[in-house]
Amino acid sequence: MKRIVMFLMGTITVVVLLFGYHTSTSSKAAGGETAFVSTLQAGVATTSTSAVPDTTGQGKPTTASTTASVTSAPATPTTTSPTTATTTAANSTVTGTVADTRWGPVQVQLSVQGGKITSVSVIQYPNGNGRDEEINAQALPILIQETISAQSAQIDMVSGATVTSDGYVTSLQSALDQAGL
Amino acid sequence: MTTTAVQRDGISPARYVEHVMGMPISLALRGRHTRDDVARSAWAQVMSELQTVDGIFSTYRPDSFVSRLRRDEITVQDCPPEVAEVLALGEAARIESRGAFDVHLPGPGGSTVLDPSGVVKGWAVERAAAVLRQLTDTDFCLSAGGDMTCRTADDTRPAWRIGIEDPADPARVLAVVPIRNGAVATSGTAHRGSHLIDPRTGGAPAGVASVTVITDSLTWADIDATAAYVHGANAARWLETRPGRTGFIVWSDGSTTNVVPR
Repeated sequence: MKRIVMFLMGTITVVVLLFGYHTSTSSKAAGGETAFVSTLQAGVATTSTSAVPDTTGQGKPTTASTTASVTSAPATPTTTSPTTATTTAANSTVTGTVADTRWGPVQVQLSVQGGKITSVSVIQYPNGNGRDEEINAQALPILIQETISAQSAQIDMVSGATVTSDGYVTSLQSALDQAGL
Repeated sequence: MTTTAVQRDGISPARYVEHVMGMPISLALRGRHTRDDVARSAWAQVMSELQTVDGIFSTYRPDSFVSRLRRDEITVQDCPPEVAEVLALGEAARIESRGAFDVHLPGPGGSTVLDPSGVVKGWAVERAAAVLRQLTDTDFCLSAGGDMTCRTADDTRPAWRIGIEDPADPARVLAVVPIRNGAVATSGTAHRGSHLIDPRTGGAPAGVASVTVITDSLTWADIDATAAYVHGANAARWLETRPGRTGFIVWSDGSTTNVVPR
């Protein structure tokens, strides 16, 4: 258990010193796939925010490369060889080595700006058989014209504010579970 | 401990429900292993894993590692390695959320209270689902109190259809999102009152009724839903900066915003 603590501390300090970086430009390629089908119904007041560019305006490197980086999940600890695209020395993204924990590999990525860490991403952590399966996070929620019951929406599960065990009895999810719909 | 498994026909999923961490855990299974011993064994392992996590992280159990950590009786080094992992995730989340998410919450008299619960739920469920991913030719949807991670092993079977609750009327759904492989988490105050506070101010976020985040792992779907909710009126703007996140925000006035991944 000390190993993971050492890893976490070691990664954050050592990795910044040693490793190169790739720029926010190169990381853009990862988040560019927008091949979802918009089947959104504009029945309720709906604001599409798809076309909004980065409005944060802070010019700091983003961590858009995270989703692409987790596709490989080596079962044994490996040493990554970080990409070293060189632009300005002020902004950089550094990726730590993969640490093999009891549960599987853990890897951390840091964004550094002006010598300070501006963000930390855990780009790989144990998840069973890895992220090699296609992820359809692009699937958009489809607004229902009028709110309807669970049965007529033909849903499998309900996502909502956390239901406590006490509140579960009267919840939609409870109805779904009991009905075995 | 009561487990119910219901399957009406070959198409409808088998369902299992148990309670842990004060929450209902619902599992739906489709495909090869739904009600057989393999499925039941996997479900038992899921629950066992969640109970183990609860024993480590519960802030309600005085004998949990986190409770002892809060009382300064032990250090992180004395805890199972999962504690360091969760705290690292919490720190990553704090930085990436610009402080809207923090496992260190304002306590009485200007003190700070360690509460990793905001990380633990999604992380634990994603972790517990690992055993379900090993089930051959089996689809699953595992939900903990309204946050879920899903898998579809066979592309010929339909995506899981996740209803997004109407925060103004939890008996109804506002939207449906089809998910094959991915996670859905919603933060709001519909069922538990104002339990979500802004760690930077100690106040309750305003302007937003619920935030749903869809992404590959429940760990980050759950964290980002909480963080976006705390960003209040800026929920959509913050969520747009996050990689690979789809968002569905219900504002206090009932209007909604979709945030599409970059």
